[in-house]
This record gives sequence, structure tokens and C-alpha cells, in this order.
Amino acid sequence: MSTRLPKGGRLIDRTKPLNFTFNGRRMQGYQGDTLASALLGADQMLLGRSFKYHRPRGLVASGAEEPNALVGLGTGSRFEPNQRVTTTELFEGASAASQNHWPSLEFDVGAINNTFGRFLPGGFYYKTFMFPRFAWKHVFEPVIRQSAGLGKVPQDRDADRYEYAYGFADLVVVGGGVAGLAAALQAGKEGKRVLLIEQTAHWGGRAPVDGVEIDGRPAEDWVKATVEALGKMANVTLRTRTMASGLYDHGYLLAYERIGDHTPGDGRPRHRLWRIRAGHVVTATGAIERPLSFAGNDIPGVMLAGAVRDYVVNWAVSPGDRTVVVTNNDDAYRTALALTEAGLIVAAVVDARASVTGALPDAVRAKGIRVLEGRGIAKVKGTKRVTGVSICAQAGEGAEIEEIDCDAIAMSGGWSPVVHLWSHCGGKLIWDDARAMFRPDAAKPPTGDDGMSMVTAVGSANGALTADEVLADVAKQMGGKAAKTNSVAEAALEPVWIMPQGAGPQLKMKMWLDYQNDVKVSDVQLAAREGYHSVEHTKRYTTLGMATDQGKLSNINGLAVLSDALSQAIPQTGTTTFRPPYTPISMGAIAGEARGDIFQPLRKTPMDEWHGANGAYFEPVGLWRRTYCYQRPGEGVHEAVNREILNAREKVGMLDASTLGKLIVKGPDAGRFLDMLYTGVMSTLPVGKCRYGLMCNENGFLSDDGVVVRLSEDTWLCHTTSGGADRIHGWMEDWLQCEWWDWKVYTANVTEEYAQIAVAGPNARKVLEKLGGMDVSAEGLPAMEWREGVLGGCRARVYRISFSGELSYEIAVPASEGLALWKALIAAGEEFGVMPYGTEAMHIMRAEKGFIMIGDETDGTVIPQDLNLNWAISKKKADYLGKRAQERSHMASPDRWKLVGLETLDGSVLPDGVYAVADGVNANGQRNVQGRVTSTYYSPTLKKGIAMGLVKHGPDRMGEVIDFPADGGKVFKAKIVDQVFYDKEGAKQNV
Amino acid sequence: MSITRAMKRYSAFAIAREAMSYHQNWEEAWRSPAPKPKYDVVIVGAGGHGLATAYYLGKNYGITNVAVIEKGWLGGGNTGRNTTIIRSNYLQDPSAAIYEKARSLFEDLSQDLNYNVMFSPRGLLMLAQTHHEVRGYRRTVYANNLQGVATEWIEPKRVKELVPIINLDGPRYPVLGALYQARGGTARHDAVAWGYARACSAMGMDIIQQCEVTGIRSEGGKVVGVNTTKGAIDCGKLGLVAAGHSSVLADMAGFRLPIESLALQALVSEPIKPCMDVVVMANTVHGYMSQSDKGEMVIGGGTDGFNNYTQRGSFHHVEETVRALIETFPMISRLKMLRQWGGIVDMTGDRSPILSKTPVENLFVNCGWGTGGFKAIPGSGWAMAELMARGHSPLTEEFSMYRFREGKFIDESVAAGVAH
Repeated sequence: MSTRLPKGGRLIDRTKPLNFTFNGRRMQGYQGDTLASALLGADQMLLGRSFKYHRPRGLVASGAEEPNALVGLGTGSRFEPNQRVTTTELFEGASAASQNHWPSLEFDVGAINNTFGRFLPGGFYYKTFMFPRFAWKHVFEPVIRQSAGLGKVPQDRDADRYEYAYGFADLVVVGGGVAGLAAALQAGKEGKRVLLIEQTAHWGGRAPVDGVEIDGRPAEDWVKATVEALGKMANVTLRTRTMASGLYDHGYLLAYERIGDHTPGDGRPRHRLWRIRAGHVVTATGAIERPLSFAGNDIPGVMLAGAVRDYVVNWAVSPGDRTVVVTNNDDAYRTALALTEAGLIVAAVVDARASVTGALPDAVRAKGIRVLEGRGIAKVKGTKRVTGVSICAQAGEGAEIEEIDCDAIAMSGGWSPVVHLWSHCGGKLIWDDARAMFRPDAAKPPTGDDGMSMVTAVGSANGALTADEVLADVAKQMGGKAAKTNSVAEAALEPVWIMPQGAGPQLKMKMWLDYQNDVKVSDVQLAAREGYHSVEHTKRYTTLGMATDQGKLSNINGLAVLSDALSQAIPQTGTTTFRPPYTPISMGAIAGEARGDIFQPLRKTPMDEWHGANGAYFEPVGLWRRTYCYQRPGEGVHEAVNREILNAREKVGMLDASTLGKLIVKGPDAGRFLDMLYTGVMSTLPVGKCRYGLMCNENGFLSDDGVVVRLSEDTWLCHTTSGGADRIHGWMEDWLQCEWWDWKVYTANVTEEYAQIAVAGPNARKVLEKLGGMDVSAEGLPAMEWREGVLGGCRARVYRISFSGELSYEIAVPASEGLALWKALIAAGEEFGVMPYGTEAMHIMRAEKGFIMIGDETDGTVIPQDLNLNWAISKKKADYLGKRAQERSHMASPDRWKLVGLETLDGSVLPDGVYAVADGVNANGQRNVQGRVTSTYYSPTLKKGIAMGLVKHGPDRMGEVIDFPADGGKVFKAKIVDQVFYDKEGAKQNV
Repeated sequence: MSITRAMKRYSAFAIAREAMSYHQNWEEAWRSPAPKPKYDVVIVGAGGHGLATAYYLGKNYGITNVAVIEKGWLGGGNTGRNTTIIRSNYLQDPSAAIYEKARSLFEDLSQDLNYNVMFSPRGLLMLAQTHHEVRGYRRTVYANNLQGVATEWIEPKRVKELVPIINLDGPRYPVLGALYQARGGTARHDAVAWGYARACSAMGMDIIQQCEVTGIRSEGGKVVGVNTTKGAIDCGKLGLVAAGHSSVLADMAGFRLPIESLALQALVSEPIKPCMDVVVMANTVHGYMSQSDKGEMVIGGGTDGFNNYTQRGSFHHVEETVRALIETFPMISRLKMLRQWGGIVDMTGDRSPILSKTPVENLFVNCGWGTGGFKAIPGSGWAMAELMARGHSPLTEEFSMYRFREGKFIDESVAAGVAH
């Protein structure tokens, strides 16, 4: 069984017991435990079920590479599925539950898949479940989906908060083992701005577990002293519980800090995602031990040798009473020694190498432990827990030589450097035959924007194996002098990709490569046999390395098996692509604080509060919130809109037009620039006047419109649509920075600097006159002109422009004065019957007047000529953006759909977006069409439905009736009419 | 048709039979032959589109002396790195025609190829979150009904029934309804490439992987062959189906294509038990999500704002997309991102593909599928095969590369507001 040892445990504090539950059972651990060590200390080896066969799963590893031990952690709004217990620090009251089983962990019906495992080889689902046709969606897929998946689905809204932060450093050292500490120390001494991050809560990495001595003192002491020295350096920042998750172009490094995972509910953010601009990155990320592939290597109790050592030394937990160590290298002998030291029994060391000599094996032999040379494990006995092993010759086919009782197996197939960060951004790997590992190829590093290397791999991450090698490598690459260690010579490892060498298909079907996804040696060989030769094909066909550990344990073993099956060298097979993140990071951390009300900034106008207090029904317009209409008590939305329109038409209305885009364009070349941007001529616009303008993209399509105002000799103000301001500003800058960089033009987006109010209606002038301060008479301020002055005590710029067809003034004041002016206008307008109106009334009034709306009449496929806007296109200009495009044959075709007005014969309202059909079908069997509705409303002014639409040859077909089929077989018959429904002569606005 | 007679059929019985010999006797899904000196047709690019083109050349026109040449491994481009969404709710007629052709072929593809591509018509929703979007999707429904594409407008209540984990009342962009295509869904992307490859190989076609085209030979304005890293190969007709790299190939043939290449970002979460049985796209907030059969939430976002070929994931879009989706599906906040990646999408000026003759006789091009190519694979192959075999196809008529010269765009900016 697994137990807590009576003494030892360098990371736990036995004076601080912590209570927690697993599947509802109360258990106890200590401060400093991980959930993994606490569970193991409570003899809980069985922790979950595998993905496909629902086989029993226990701990394999002690760190980020753990594939099996995932639990649902927490409850309610703090529940999280798939939490890796090896990287979960224990806390008081933790509540964990195992996953992927029904009805219970001990007895799982899904394990029937295991019984029939022989019929479910890799990729079996591609070969079956095809008949009957409907059955995939309705029978097979639901069953597979229910069986797959891992964790339960969180039900509640996340109770935690997250934040993000930005970091800058000359050097980011990733990994706080001895290599990282030594590298940071050297860089710190050189005065560099250093950030050292470590994913666990502890400094020092493996060295203290491995009994390393540095400069004659235990690694533990050296680590402590080095951390202290680093802590005293003002230029060095240390951060634990922070995992470098991904490296992106130009040294953009993401780091995931788990601030509050071990202190849930304490009010601190749970995670913090660091976006770091790193001058250079040092990866001191260590190495991960590889499993060995023998039959039954997935049975709970089979663990990595290094992990067994970790549990014994760090947390004083024995994985088993009686352990067999199986290895192809010397390092695993340290585990035998550590177990013996802790008073536990090592039944034997099974070494695949034919002859084993050297300091570590000798030390083990000296403890009286049997070392079986040239031996392997034929198979592991047991189902939910190891009960013994059958020993065979490694060179043979698996005939049993002897059986050894044991309840734990510590295996080691060698070590693989952690090369993820190196590889994320294009660093290449090289296969080191002697060490049987892929390590960073220093000749092909990831490069930054200057084309120079942006990453240096040091220590075990660079392929070093012993402490001596690690520190020498750091000194070599970072400078300084390497400290001396107590490293002993270790014999070379012998690559062992399957055990025994000559195992037949029956054994290979029990050799697990990917524990979580249930991918076995036989599956990879099957993929190779079936032609899935690329490592990517094999991965995808078998799901090797696609589990939540992303193949940290399985990839190298898998591609070695694949290489063998294809009779090619491992480097020829290559690796799959390393993708961020290194270990999974929470979605919450990615979103940071941008959630709920502040998910996207809500832009409000200066008068927003007044609208809210006066019945506003808001709608989102881009990032803005605008008032759709102002509802009175008991009034519906449509009634409100109709009331607002009639009031504006008969008396006077007020619109908050502050969201209208306002871009200043200034400079000696501003006029020339605007002449290129707009289809009309803006350079000749006199100061004091306004002109309507259209903007097209390079393809000739209409992209925005608005009134351009000339403020002074070299300054124009361009109004854009509310949703278009940022886009058009970007568009201007795009041309100025990329194409016309030598033109002297400056732009500024001043949208938010001004509040703007439209006062429209027959009484508009009276309201402004009552406010007083400016001459707003027909002579003093003619249509399409503007004046500056003081209106009702506010500094104002008044434009005589109309989007409603009424006598209309738009008044711009500094944003800070917007609310005051709005209130002043409401008060002044009271006697003239003023009412505010919202965006929908604005839309309908413009449609009554036949004005187009960007986004309604346009959809990215419409050119100004389609909208009968030729009058706004200069015939004289040599060029403007979109001109050449508009001259192309299809653009100039007379068959293009053109804008017209539409009126149903019965006065009803045409549905939005309906199409007018023509006779017959096209070559693809689609019904022919001849037009569509672009805007359609009930007009309270005209007391009937009105619409605008694009119709083939429309302007030549006035009076013709065309059919618009709509929902439920209903066909609307509409007459083609002029697009201007109201006040064609403009008598109302020109007064 | 019995074109797949040459291969051993896959079935539950076959699996049981092979299990008796521990699966030691499965044959190769496709052969890996050396190239012959000459083929009737050479297709460059063994992604979904190239393989489907070859397959329908054989199946529909009996042209089987075909080689499909691939620079890397088959299915290794965007076929193997997309978010597997299948839909045909496009606005413009030519798009709706080819995507609906593709979608309808997906319905029977597993049976046709004898390879389970796991087409799952689980339904697809495009959320409307502004009044403007409501109008746009209502328009799409009307257009689709006339195009023979079954879509409907559904109200928020029905959205919630279909997607119980959705939050309809987000403070910023409440869900106002959705455009719903009940027979839209997903398929297993790799299986589509593998299934076509297996069927092509069974017809006697050669799929030549790890073979890069280094030159295109033509004589008197007619294409006669390609030079490759595995030697010169002559051909009667040549089809370039190489996505973003098509412009490189076109350059070898002496003409230019209006293609830009951008990285499109995607990610998956760790797997959880089934919680969402439809595909949801939210264009206002730029994100879309479905759940794979493995249980991962498959998430896509936008394209990077700059051209490149790196196939790397970048982070700023991931950030925006995840934020948007947490607003839409609050429960995903406590899931973890397992993996992110980038695919290089080949974009044309109107975001619609090019299936076209070229200035070089007998040389055809199929590219520019941009952010939405996976769903089109069967239709694209079907139409391209027709174009190559017969010289014209009603499905490709409007997708000529010359449309940019004429200004005859097929702009889906309404229907394809974001990457898809």
C-alpha cells in the first residue's frame, strides 16, 4: 500500500495538517503537500479512469507531465474539471472527485470497452459506424461522446476573478532549478533586468531530491543561498507558481501565475496572465522522464522512477511497500537508494542493459538489492493495483524467468529535455543518439525581429544529465564559473523502446504509450502498417499525444515505435509540432478582467445619464450604446418611435448625435488627401461650408458617408457614421502611413471630444433663437453652412445640415458641456413642443426622405452609382480611391441592381431583407431573383409601409409591380416608386 | 459505382475478423508509390480539395490515371487544422450553390468513401446580437430559401433550448435570435482527407507525398508537366489546389493570383463531458465554438492583421475570442485552453474562392477558400473535377479568377463577417 512515512519530507510541515475529501471520503495531508502526495499518503492510488477503455488509472508522475491523475476540484461556482493533482497544492477543505466513470471509480460500466479492447484498435471508428446513415448522428456519436470527454461540465458562472499584467525584462529565465538559478545569478550580477519564473511553489527543482551537493554543501542550502542572493538584487524579480505557457513572435512570452489556486475564496485574483516582452529568454525547463513500454505498464502502481523518488523525499510518501525498479539507465538507481534510505523494500532493480557497472549500481548492490542485468518486465500483474511482475530477458520474446511480488514499479526509460518554449516559435531540435533524446539545436534557434537568437536553452533542458554537466552548461552559455558538484560518472543509457525487445502482438496490445488516451504500441504499429507514416498522421489516427498532457510522456516513445515500424531513424520521423500552452491555462485567465459589464468598453455619450432617466430603450451601435427610442409609461417601442417622428415632423425633435464620427484632417496636403479619399471634391470646399461625401474602398464599394466641414484653410472635419469612426480613422492612417507617407497630413479622431445634438423640425429655429447668442436665421446660417459662437452660454459650432428632411441644426459643443446644452434645449423647447427622438425615428425619417444608410443600403457589394449617387462623384478628378475599380466592366454594367422606392399595394410593411423573384431558375437550380429590400419601415408620416430596395433596371421600371415571397408562402406585391417619399422638393428643410 | 472495389471494405465485421490476428493484416489505406513519368491529370496539393478533385475525376468522369502531388503529408494543411464546421448558409447565389453541394455530399460521404468521416449534422446557429445583425440574417434566410438551402430564423427562446449553456442576456450584446441551419454541423477533418486518399488510391491513382513542385512546364501556351523534387512528371492537365501556396505555383506557370496569406487562429479546451450539441457562431463578438466528439470545446476566432506563412498561433486574437465566448458561455471560464494553433488561409479580394481556367491552357486552379474551405471540400472537388474534365461547370462559373478584372465580386461580407 501507499503510506505516509513516519519521518522526512522536505516540503511538508507536519505541524499543519490539512483536511480534504476525495469522492466524499475525508482525508488528511499536510501543508506543503500536493493533492497527489496527500492522496498517495492516504493510500489512494486509484484516481481515475482512462479516456477510451476506462481502465483504472493511478499516479504516474509528480509534476506537469502527469497524464492520469485528473480530478474535478471544488464545488459550485468554483468547480473545475480536469485538475492535475500533481500540480495542485493542497489546501484546507479541498474537495476532489475522480472523473470519467459510472457509477463509481471502483466499478465503472464503461470498462466494458476494455473487455472488448481487442475490437477497438487505434482508429477503429473510421472503419465502422457507417450504417445506417442516420445512426452516426443519432446512435453512435452520442454514445461515443458520452463515453469520451473527461471532466464534468461546470454549471455555474465562475466566482473567481482574473487579471492580466505586463512585464518587461532583458532576460527571462524560465525554470527555478539549479540551472535557472545559476543562470539568473550570473545575469543578475551583470546588471541585467532579470525575471526568473518557476512553475511550482518551490525553488531548486530536482537537485535536492537527487542528493546533489554544490560547492561542498547540500543542494538545498545552495538553493536557499542563491535565492537569497537573487532576492537582494534590485534588478532581479523572482516569481514562483508562474509557468511560461508560450513563446510567440518577437520574444512575446506568456506566463501564467496561479496566485490563488491554493487559497480559494481569499479575494485575490485566481490567476494572473503575464504578457512579457523579453529581450532574451533562457529556458532552464529541465527534463521529463520517459516511461518504459512493457505489458501492463498502465496499471496503478507503475510510476516514473523520478516521481517515486520525489514522493519519498519531498513529501515522505511511499508509493508502495515493495518496489521493483525497472530501467535502462543509471539514474533510476537513485530511486532504489532513496527507497532503501526511507526504510522501504526494493525487491529488485531490473535493468535492460546486459552489463551494469558504475558508482550508482554498485551503491545499490551494496545495500543488498538484487540487480537483474539484461532483464525486462514481461508483464505486470494486477488490475486496480500492481501485485507483481513477471521478469523476462530483454532480448527475448517475454518468456517468464521469474515472478516478483511487489505493489509498486518505478520505471525509467531515460530523460527528454523540455523543449516546448524553444520550439513554439520555430527553434529546431537535433536528435542526440548517445543520450537518446531530442535537444535544442543551438545552430537553429528561434529568432527575434532582428534575426538573432531569442532563446538559450541551458542545463537539462539543453540535454545535460548530471549536476556537473548542468552547471557547466550554464557557465558555458551564460558566462561565469561553474560550481563543483558531487556528480559521479554514469554509464550510458541504452535506448529501450519496447520491453522485451521481441514482444509479440499480444504483449504489444498491453503496452501503453499514451495513458490518458489509451494509445498502445500496437496502435502506433497499426497506423504505420496502414500507411499513416507521417508522425502527424500517426498522432491523429491513434490520438497519441493529444490528451491533456499533450504527449509529455508519450511522444518520444511513440515516435520511436513508429520509426522502428517504418525502419527509419528517429530524426527522420521527426516530432509533432509543439504548440502553446506548455500546460493548459484557464480561459478565465485569458479573458482577464474583461468580462461582464467591462467585457468591452461601453461608450456612452455625455447625455447618456439623461436618456436613461427618461425612458431610453438602448441599443448597441458598435461599442456605443445609443437610444433606440424614449418610451413613456405604458408605451410600446413602436408607439414611441411613431410619436417621436410625428412630433419632429410637426413640431421639433432632438437627437443625441454625439456618436457620429468626427475626424480632423489637417495639413498642407489635407485637401489633396481628402480628394483621394472621397468621391467628391473637398479641396474646393470654402471655409464655413459643409459638403456631403462618400468614401469607397479600393474595390469601388461604398464604405462610409458623412458631411465634411471645412474649418479653416488647412483643416477639415470629416463626419463618419457612428460605427465607422475608428475604422475610417484607421483607413486614413493606413493610406497616410503606407502609401502617401510623404504627404503632409495629420489626422485626429475627436469623436469623443464633442457632444453633438440635432435639433430638427419646423420649430427648430425658434428653439435655438430662444436659447440665443447666435444668428441662426435663414440668412445668417444658410443650409450646408456652419458658424461658431456661443449658444445658450455654451461654446458651440452649429451646422445647418439635415438627415431628417426637416429644418435642422446640428450643434457641436465640448463634451463636458453636452448635458448642459441638452437640458437647456429641452427647457427652451418646451413651449415649442420639443421631444427627444432615438435612432429608430432617425432611420425612418431618413428613409421617408430617401436618404441612404451605410449598412442598410450598402453591404460591401454596392457602389455609389447603384444608389443613384452619381451627383456626389466628381467627374473631373483624375483619381479617387475606388475610381479605377468602378470603371471595370461589371461595375459599369447597366444590369446592376439600382436603388428605388418600394410600396406594397396594400400599404403593408415589406419584411426586412426579402428578395424580388424573377421567372425560372439558374444553372444551379436556384430561383432567379431581380432585387431585394434594403430598408423597410412603417411610415407614421405617410401612414403606410415604405421601403427602399435594389432592383435590376429599377429606375427604368417605375410603376411596375414585383413579387417578394416571404415567410409561410406569403407573397408581397410591391410597386416600384421614387425613393423619396416625403417632401421631394425639400421645401421643409430649406426654410 | 464500384470504384472502390479494389480495396478491402471497412466494417464492424472486418474489425472483428482482423482482431483475430491482432490487427496484423490490415492493408495500407493508401499506397505510397514512386511517380510515373506521365499522367492524364496531375493535381498539386493533397489536401481535402486536391484529393476530392481527384476522387470525383475518377468517380464522375472515369479519369483515373491521376497523380496527386503533395509537398508535405496528405491532409497536413488547412484540412487538418480547421475547426471542422460545415454549413451552407451563404448569402450570394454562387456561394450557396457550391457550399450546399458540398454539404449535401457530406450527408453520404462516409458511405460513399467507405470511411467514417463522422459527418454530424447537429445544427449550426449564427447568433444575432445587434438589430443590424437581425436584419442581415433575416435577409440570409430569404436568400437561402430561394437557393434551396434550408435555414430558418429562430427566436431567443429556441436558441436557449438548442444551447442550454448559452447566456442570452449578456450585458453588452444580448442574443436577439439566430440564423439556424439544422443540417449544418461538423465532420472529422482528418478523416475527410484520409477517406478521399484511400478511395483515390483504390482507383489506381498515385498519391505522392514529400514531393515538392519546383517548376511548371508549358509548351505553346499549354501545360505539359511539372518538375518536382522526385523528378519530372508529364501531364495532360494540371490542377493547382495548394491553398496559400497557389500563388507560388502560379508564379512558376507565369501568371499571378490575387491571393494573400494570413494566419487564422484556433484553439481547443481540455475535454469535458457533452454539453453543447450544436455549433454556435457569434459574429458580433468574433468567436465560434463547437464540442468535438472527444469532448474538447473547439474555438475559432479571427485572422492576424498581417500576412505570413508561419502556421503559428498568436495570442491577441485568442484573447479577444475567449473573452467573447466567456460572455456567451460563462461556464467555459473554468475550462482550460489545451492547445492553440494557426492555419494559413489564402484570401482573395472578395473572400470567395477561385475555381478557374488560367492563362495557361489545360492548367486549372482551385484556391482562395480563405477561412471557410473545409466545409466546401466535397463540392469543391466535385466542381473542380467537372471544370477539368468538361472545361466548364455551372458551379465554378462565377468563381473565375478573371472576375477581379471585371469587378464581378462574390462578396460574402454580410454572411461571412468573421472567419469561419
